[in-house]
Amino acid sequence: MTGNLTLGPILFHWPAEQKLDFYAKIADEAPIDTVYLGEVICSKRAPFFEQHYDEVADRLQRGGKKVVFSSLCEVVLKRERRAIEGFCELTDFEIEANNSSALLHMNGRPHRIGPMMNVYNETTMAYLVKGGATHFSLPVELPGASAEILAKTAADLSVGTEMQVFGRASLAVSARCYHARAHARTKDNCQFVCEDDPDGMPLKTLDGKPFLAINGIQTLSQTYLNYVSELPDLQAAGITHYRLSPHSQDMVAVAEIFRDVLDNKIEPGEGDVRLSAATGSVPFSNGFWHGKPGHLRI
Amino acid sequence: MIAKLAMTQSSSLFDGPEPGKLPALVRFPLPLFLLQPILGRIVRRVADDEPSVFNRLGPHKYSRFIIDPANLPFVLELHPDPDNLILRACSKSAIPEHDARISGKFFDLLQLVDCDQDGDAMFFSRGLDISGDTEAVVTLRNALDDLDGSLAARVADMFGPPGRLALAALRRSAGYSAPTP
Amino acid sequence: MRPELICPAGTPAAMRTAVDACADAVYCGFQNATNARNFPGLNFTVDELETSVAYAHERGTKVLLAVNTFPPAGKFDLWKEAIDTGVRLGVDAFIVADVGVAAYGSETYPDARLHLSVQAAASSPEAIRYYCREFGVKRVVLPRILTVPEIKQLATEIPCEIETFIFGNHGLMVEGRCSLTNYVTGLSTNMDGVCSPAAQVHYERDADGNLSSRLADFTIDCFSCNDKAGYPTICKGRYLADCREGGYYAFEEPISLNSSPLLPELIAAGVHAFKIEGRQRSRAYVKSVVSAFRKAVDAVMSGDEPNLADLVALTEGQKQTEGAFKTKKWR
Repeated sequence: MTGNLTLGPILFHWPAEQKLDFYAKIADEAPIDTVYLGEVICSKRAPFFEQHYDEVADRLQRGGKKVVFSSLCEVVLKRERRAIEGFCELTDFEIEANNSSALLHMNGRPHRIGPMMNVYNETTMAYLVKGGATHFSLPVELPGASAEILAKTAADLSVGTEMQVFGRASLAVSARCYHARAHARTKDNCQFVCEDDPDGMPLKTLDGKPFLAINGIQTLSQTYLNYVSELPDLQAAGITHYRLSPHSQDMVAVAEIFRDVLDNKIEPGEGDVRLSAATGSVPFSNGFWHGKPGHLRI
Repeated sequence: MIAKLAMTQSSSLFDGPEPGKLPALVRFPLPLFLLQPILGRIVRRVADDEPSVFNRLGPHKYSRFIIDPANLPFVLELHPDPDNLILRACSKSAIPEHDARISGKFFDLLQLVDCDQDGDAMFFSRGLDISGDTEAVVTLRNALDDLDGSLAARVADMFGPPGRLALAALRRSAGYSAPTP
Repeated sequence: MRPELICPAGTPAAMRTAVDACADAVYCGFQNATNARNFPGLNFTVDELETSVAYAHERGTKVLLAVNTFPPAGKFDLWKEAIDTGVRLGVDAFIVADVGVAAYGSETYPDARLHLSVQAAASSPEAIRYYCREFGVKRVVLPRILTVPEIKQLATEIPCEIETFIFGNHGLMVEGRCSLTNYVTGLSTNMDGVCSPAAQVHYERDADGNLSSRLADFTIDCFSCNDKAGYPTICKGRYLADCREGGYYAFEEPISLNSSPLLPELIAAGVHAFKIEGRQRSRAYVKSVVSAFRKAVDAVMSGDEPNLADLVALTEGQKQTEGAFKTKKWR
């Protein structure tokens, strides 16, 4: 079994130091093919790390990784619109669009389509390919049956398909910051309280059942998506790239496990056991792929 | 989000002051066996006039509903299955098996079928209570809402001038006037 | 310019009610996953739509067909059929969100009028201009996240008409980007057109009269006897977080949007059409809200103060907000 292993953008607001250490370790140790960089969730966070991207991209490339820049997913304010415009002018790196405002600037130039872009069907995919799209990260909620059809379409169109296989699933985004709200602040006066929760702020139901995780304007699943057992199915369906979404757990170990399963060095079952050990027994789910409630482990 | 005729048996539903006095017709209900043929006639007439209701009900035409006017001594049992249509009154001490139950003050339920009240609004204020199969209730609400005009007025019309007089009296007691068409 | 009033129609009877209450246009959908209010007992068969279009057109009311979900791969034909049928029945515009559906509509029927659904989440001039350029979209339904000054600015930067929500459910998540329902129930808002499907909603009452609302395996809220209730939608639920004492509305309270006090400002900002949410609501709701807004819009146009009937009783949790229109602090 083969396949490209990718590392998605860091969705959480980690301190710059932590991100630098993280990417240094990924560059040197992780068996990952492609790393996505960039602030996808909140434009207010972007300035904290902007000055480090050149250095980080360089380090990753020296470690043999392809670097792709991911755009913001919410574009409303002037500064966000300017950020998208500047982002679309990047020529040294491939870019991944997560908001349709980026598409206006593309005009046939090659670009990737991120998982928040709602590519659910063949017609949408084919249309975006005409506009220059070369690679599609499919929506996290897409069931395997539809992903398989899209992967075949992508193969016919000579473009790549990617699915998230590890990490909390992005379930919703909003114009409102729920981290700020939890701390009785507004988004404009958030004081970056999201930095306190490196994997998101857990929300439980009133009867104490773990449910969701808040990350600024984003709502994620409390469970971690884990498709290690489904990797053979994803491969058979024709998915070409497998995305790990960064968390505070040991992502090098996580990457090694997925790599080993993709390379047929270990069985998916063994990968699953090792994954539980490496992540401190976070709860896993795989329902979306099976067309079942996303929180379930089938 | 669901649209629902919903909810709740809050204590206020039983304890609150009555907006108006129940007319004699319902205050001293007829023996149930006398009520049954009238109810049967009502439901058959609506079914004959509006067969599209059953399409809207879809699979829920096989659901069994209990409509429970909280301050009356009986409940209504409804099976909206066109091939085995049932609307009958049952004693509160022997409520038959059912899939969904809708409870509320008599006057609130009346206003719902008189097209004068929004079921969701009543739910938000907790004037209604559902238990059991929520989808069945939502479907029934949506199906009945597709009937033009007032369901209560249709029923009243079936009984000619006395029926219309009775409905007018009920509306007065409930504290609202006839909905404009 | 006289703005249009766009009113919800969940059933043929509701459509007639809206038309009779002098709506300029009504919006509706078929009884399947092609629209974002695919609820049981709601929406139109092909025959019903045909009759309803005739009823509306005879009275000068336009009919907008919502085909505003995202067809999953392998099921696209159902969405094609919805567009084909709408064209055949002479609807006045299609409300679309999916790039593929928009492409199909604009390529197959170059004369068909397309409106960009709020489900497309186009919240910047660039995103809107993309859809105008690619598919000839004539109107955008704006996400409920912009302030009046932002809308005014936006109007100068896009080549199409603007429609904004004025009353009804106050969605918190970016529409068309929410998989919360699918995470809990296995049914997708984007692909199946459902949000908190009733079949998986349960209400439970405890001995003290407190009422819990549950969606599948998760408790969404619990109301004490005196609380006003809300829809059991995930984004209107109460949850526990370590930084909070007790349950709190992590996303939003049960509350409805009512921007009626801002009508004059919104009209001055260049809004072409006002949309009333609520295809899942009753005829009683349609009648009161549409009539109230008809009077209000007409009053503003003739230079009078809009005198709105009290619409609070029809709002969720019996609370209302002007939402994002009023202030950025909402964010």
